[in-house]
Amino acid sequence: MIEIRNVKKTFRAGNGEFEALKGVSLSIEPGEIFGIIGLSGAGKSTLLRALNRLEEPDSGEVILGGTDVTTLGARDLRRLRRNVGMIFQQFNLLSSRTVFKNVAFPLEVGGWPKKDIAPRVMEMLELVGLSDKAQSFPSQLSGGQKQRVGIARALANKPSVLLSDEATSALDPKTTQSILSLLEDINRSMGITIVLVTHEMGVIRQICHRVAVLEAGRVVECGKVRDVFMKPVSSTARELLSHLPRRGYDVSQLPTERGKPVVLFSFNGDTAGQPVISRAIKKTGAEINILSGEIDNLPSSRVGSLTVQFAGTEREITEALSYIRSQNVVTEVIWNG
Amino acid sequence: MDKMADLISLLATPTWETLYMVFFSTLFATAIGFPLGVVLTVTEKGGILEKESVYRVLDGIVNICRSFPFIILMIVLFPLSRLVVGTTIGTTASIVPLSIAAAPFVARVVESALREVDGGLVEAAASTGAHPVVIIFKVLIPEALPSLVLGETLTVINIIGYSAMAGAIGGGGLGDLAVRYGFHRFQTDVLIAAVIVIIVMVQAIQGAGNALARRVSH
Ligand SMILES: Nc1ncnc2c1ncn2[C@@H]1O[C@H](COP(=O)(O)OP(=O)(O)OP(=O)(O)O)[C@@H](O)[C@H]1O
Ligand SMILES: [Mg+2]
Repeated sequence: MIEIRNVKKTFRAGNGEFEALKGVSLSIEPGEIFGIIGLSGAGKSTLLRALNRLEEPDSGEVILGGTDVTTLGARDLRRLRRNVGMIFQQFNLLSSRTVFKNVAFPLEVGGWPKKDIAPRVMEMLELVGLSDKAQSFPSQLSGGQKQRVGIARALANKPSVLLSDEATSALDPKTTQSILSLLEDINRSMGITIVLVTHEMGVIRQICHRVAVLEAGRVVECGKVRDVFMKPVSSTARELLSHLPRRGYDVSQLPTERGKPVVLFSFNGDTAGQPVISRAIKKTGAEINILSGEIDNLPSSRVGSLTVQFAGTEREITEALSYIRSQNVVTEVIWNG
Repeated sequence: MDKMADLISLLATPTWETLYMVFFSTLFATAIGFPLGVVLTVTEKGGILEKESVYRVLDGIVNICRSFPFIILMIVLFPLSRLVVGTTIGTTASIVPLSIAAAPFVARVVESALREVDGGLVEAAASTGAHPVVIIFKVLIPEALPSLVLGETLTVINIIGYSAMAGAIGGGGLGDLAVRYGFHRFQTDVLIAAVIVIIVMVQAIQGAGNALARRVSH
């Protein structure tokens, strides 16, 4: 549980002043993926960084794990930070260290016994799918791989909260997808609370449970992602939603029935021509109802998207989804109530 | 051929003296300048141990020391040299002013190298709960290592230059040789030979520094 109460922050630069946070209050439930969205300069990063006091708030409280972060002395603050992982847009990996040593860093800081560090690092690298890159240097990795290392580093010391500041903003759409799925998996398997800052509604839609919309240092809207998507109240939310690329469905027209997730499939190349869906139905017994779809014939390849609604037992649905994923179809759960 | 042998035997001792002066001066200058540079970096505004009063004082001292021309500094430091090594002339005595002259230079080199380290890395480390001292030793210094190596190379080369000057006022070494033979006795060949040895030294050090910097950067 994270309680943010009336947090304010004013930056003073030269003779100018800028009130970046004008009294922000939010509460974030344990185990949820909480999104903070807003236009550039709205104060998202400032707010996120106030949570582990990389930015010192002027006033207000941040209650994290029962203690008010804003009152901690240097020593206790360091102890608290060991329990709060953070990932960054620019990855911020140490170029002088190998992947292995980067992930080991928070463990060295956390005073782990030497013999326990290596197994933990390898466990984390396995989690993010980079076991084979342990001895590489960050300069030898792609952006997506760097962020995976960032995630492994952030989680190594077993934090209960993960802060993410635009973690996918420097990545291409496909890599963004894979990083978001990884975060989602981690959230589900470890129960870690994720607070995620982004300016992309697509990111919120894909993995967040709840979202707060920040506008010029104030929370103008906060609620379940579904509600904000269907009935955006603030002008910022509407504007951000309007930037969302059209995906072959109209958000407000989604049928929302409990236990019947709505999923967007994106096909490309060879998969567009294959009967993936009917095979999935036969294999797993899940029902898949096509809501809308389109297939474009581009000069070089065929791409397509389908919006479908699943029905059946949870197990059938999960199996069907994972089968479809295994067929190189990019899936995005749009709604799951 | 005989002349060549003479020249070489003439050069051997001064070369050795120069190497001796340069080595120890670099060592002491670094021992003083490196920590000074680290403290300057971390105490400056926005540093991980921001402390403006400390920064101002050290910054002032470094600036004052750097504004002394070396020759003047040498003379000013005669009493110190006498105190430390018991004399004001000779190679060992020159090490005192050379170290003091180069230390603020090292401090600036270290400061600018450490300042180049991406603030994001420092933040990422801080976010794991790392103590500022840990950040200095595990983030700032390793990340700045290539620049530090190049800076140290520059320091050594500067000290070679200064040591020649020190030689001119009784410090021994190649500078002393060049002045005695080339200037007072008009033996141009000795002068040229001394200069060549210095050039070779500088080249070798720069080459080694570049190679090392490349090795430590990933
Ligand atoms: N250290 C600082 N000094 C002065 N002003 C700052 C500082 N950090 C942030 N600001 C200002 O505070 C405001 C909020 O900044 P913040 O980085 O939180 O925005 P953001 O919502 O994260 O934007 P973006 O999407 O561009 O990252 C901006 O107007 C910014 O200029
Ligand atoms: Mg930001």
